[in-house]
Amino acid sequence: MPARRGLIAAASLLGLLALWAWATSPLGPVSPVRFPSPALVAAAFVQIATVGFAGATLPRQVLASLFLVVEGFLIAASTGTALGLAMGVSRRFAAFVNPVFQLLRPIPPLAWIPLAILWLGLGNAAKVLVIWFAAFVPAVINAETGVREIAPHLLEAARMLGTNRLRMLAEIVVPAAAPMIFTGLRLSLQASWTTLIAAELVGSFYGLGHVLNEAQQDIYPGMIFVGMALVGLCGWLTTAILAAIEQHLLGWHASVRRAADA
Amino acid sequence: MPDRKGFVPPALALGLGLAGLALFFGIWEGCGALGLVSATFLPGPGAVFADLARLVTQPYAGATLPADLAASLHRYAMGVLLAALVGLPLGLAMGWFRLLDAVITPIFDGLRFVPPIAWVPFAALWFGTGIGGPVLIIFTGAFPPVLIGTYRGARMIDPALIEAARMLGTPHRRVLTEILLPGAVPSIVAGLRVAAGLGWQSLIGAELIVVSSGVGYMMVQAEAAGATETVMAGIVAVGLVGSAIDVALRAAERAVRRRYGAGGGR
Repeated sequence: MPARRGLIAAASLLGLLALWAWATSPLGPVSPVRFPSPALVAAAFVQIATVGFAGATLPRQVLASLFLVVEGFLIAASTGTALGLAMGVSRRFAAFVNPVFQLLRPIPPLAWIPLAILWLGLGNAAKVLVIWFAAFVPAVINAETGVREIAPHLLEAARMLGTNRLRMLAEIVVPAAAPMIFTGLRLSLQASWTTLIAAELVGSFYGLGHVLNEAQQDIYPGMIFVGMALVGLCGWLTTAILAAIEQHLLGWHASVRRAADA
Repeated sequence: MPDRKGFVPPALALGLGLAGLALFFGIWEGCGALGLVSATFLPGPGAVFADLARLVTQPYAGATLPADLAASLHRYAMGVLLAALVGLPLGLAMGWFRLLDAVITPIFDGLRFVPPIAWVPFAALWFGTGIGGPVLIIFTGAFPPVLIGTYRGARMIDPALIEAARMLGTPHRRVLTEILLPGAVPSIVAGLRVAAGLGWQSLIGAELIVVSSGVGYMMVQAEAAGATETVMAGIVAVGLVGSAIDVALRAAERAVRRRYGAGGGR
């Protein structure tokens, strides 16, 4: 059955490719001004890879975005997880922080972009700030939930055996909450890409969002397609790396093993 | 070492919460009042809420805040509605017809990592920046959760129910409308709620980039004019409307759960 499903998947994607080639060919109904043919996409890719587009060649544009996402994500993930763990461990601290957190949480991350530009301009610092706003919230919520859902008998047993607070945090609380923390980090990573691309579309000097913006202004459908494909590829790549890290760190955990088997 | 009792007396929780809020607003107001940062860089909460009140009656960048919000909500409703109209039938059909599932899923997975906001250039090229372009961007944000929620709901249904229906010779169409749809409702509603949130987020993104009306456009204009308090008033307005939508859908979700149970068709 899985083999048959794979076959259908391949056929489906090939069919889509054929439909695309036909629809954008001179015989097809779609004008190349609206949507590029495969040949135009290939030409746009060659252009950005060799001559460059929107001020730089492919590696520089990709690395500009990738670097910002990784930087913003790491800052948001570390601060968010730390706050979430603290809120999960101490109900009093949670009661102290929660009202402010709930006040800021419903604000869509993209709404911070104009403020970040006003404060920090169009450079990298503003992008890192908006990524932080976007990626912080899921990291906090999932770390807190992860700690709250730890089986009480684990904590009671450790307490009864006189485990000190530091060892309890390092050897019980964090490992037990880790699968939930990683769930949050996946959401954070996704939010990081969305916000960065939006921020780069609003204003930037390099990066994939900048490529998309210039391609839009030049009415260059081939390059729009290349930009979107590169964004998707980078998002997939970073998600795969995060999943590999999770698998490496948490391979022992029952929930991760189940997911890997499935 | 999570708290032993896992319980904070309500009076203490209230006090701590108020202290947190007081600290937050105190620092916000204090930064400007003590001259740590200039008021144009970070206007205090008083200035922001005063500006919010002013925007309700006085137009900024061509429209008052209620008019901007009405324009935004109009686009938003169209985009989310379109996502529901396409996502619901497709999700149900994918849950029921294995072949359709096997054909659509790889395409869907391929597009999953392209953020909705990256559709902005094509949306503008195909449908312009009036109503069509933004609606497409909201659609790309709201569609995946609708599809996934509906599909999961349809797949979650007790196979025995479907087998029984098939044994009794029930036609495809009636299986869809009388077994799959009611059984999948809780999961569908959960998907719609996520979709509504992501759609609102995509709308703001679209308005920041391409549109020339709506609350996002107002914020971009204020940013260009250096009017920090107006930008922050916009953030407050966007947050308020977003949470109002969320509160309404949570209430709807609770009502549906009472009516249909937790799902699974049992």
